[in-house]
Amino acid sequence: MSPASSSKFQALDDLLLRAVAGDEKAYRAFLTDAAVIVRRFAASRMPRHSAGFDVEDLVQEILLAVHAKRHTWRPGEPVAPWLFAIARYKAIDAYRRRGKRIEIDIAEMGDVFEDPAGAPTAVAHDVGRAVASLAGRQQAVVSALSVEGKSISQTARDLDMSEGAVRVAFHRGLSTIARKFGRD
Amino acid sequence: MQTDELIAELAGNAGRQESGFVLPLWAAVVISPLLAFAVFMPLLGPRANFLTSFGALRFDMKFVTTGLLAITALGVLVALARPARPWRRLATMLVVPVAVLVAAVAVELVVVPQQLWETRALGENARNCLIAIPTMGAPVLALFLFALSRQAPTRPALSGGIAGLAAAGISAIFYAAHCPDDSPLFVAIWYPLATLVLVTVGALAGSRLLRW
Repeated sequence: MSPASSSKFQALDDLLLRAVAGDEKAYRAFLTDAAVIVRRFAASRMPRHSAGFDVEDLVQEILLAVHAKRHTWRPGEPVAPWLFAIARYKAIDAYRRRGKRIEIDIAEMGDVFEDPAGAPTAVAHDVGRAVASLAGRQQAVVSALSVEGKSISQTARDLDMSEGAVRVAFHRGLSTIARKFGRD
Repeated sequence: MQTDELIAELAGNAGRQESGFVLPLWAAVVISPLLAFAVFMPLLGPRANFLTSFGALRFDMKFVTTGLLAITALGVLVALARPARPWRRLATMLVVPVAVLVAAVAVELVVVPQQLWETRALGENARNCLIAIPTMGAPVLALFLFALSRQAPTRPALSGGIAGLAAAGISAIFYAAHCPDDSPLFVAIWYPLATLVLVTVGALAGSRLLRW
């Protein structure tokens, strides 16, 4: 989350506080705001183009969970980490129930990165920070594929690894980044 | 259903709490030793020389280690019960009972001659220990799982396992009052094995019962 939105999260605290006291209007406003935040979260976690995944389904599942478990939020605590922890839990749950783990289609990612037109949209600094947070092989692979724009086969030759191992390391690296930087 | 419709419906239920009877965790924590005690008294009871044993270092150490385990595990359990609580930081406290037990074992190995190590470690009550701690811990574990199910643990299996660990800690305090084997060598072998039973059952049950 960006620091710019922290005041928005504070507004959420206030809304939920009034909601748990029974204020219907505040609760509606809270859920509406939470839906927007959670939708952005869900969309960023969803593997694109995969059949059977509907962002809106996940958003609704998260809202239902927030509703059912709202008594586990304590007045005075910030809502945002609580909300994101529930969203993450329901996202993992949704993937698991559909028989998939959180995955990013590697072949597709490879295409995107090999395609010069698909220029990276993230700020270079952020990418560097994300890649630097990885260790050893994963860092080398993610850096080669997503920063230097090498192909999987080229990376495999350069690092003296099998293509399968490169795919696995790339996938794990991306998952690690998603975990680290996706967390509240 | 559209998300807007869902929101409208949920908002209409702002004041209602549908999750049934929510047993507060603090209440579960308070009830748990009473529950273990209720099983302990008819089944085992304190050993004959219970009161006069206090002051004997080995006897006292049993309560220090089991007590520390119960307290630290309960701390982690409470943190795991709700989303976004700092349970990892609390989980590092679990090394405290382990470190105390390891230190006690080290001292015991120094002060007890080697030919007695085996007798001390095997004790007289190994099998009782393996049965009694899980037996007294089982209702406590069930209580914790019930209380957890009304909260929102985002790590169901881990939460169940920690519930088993806390139940084992509480159960072991009572078992320590019954068991005549006081050597840290005995405690370091059989208590953890008995604990493992509850942790495993807790984790398995948690991964099934604590999803929400």
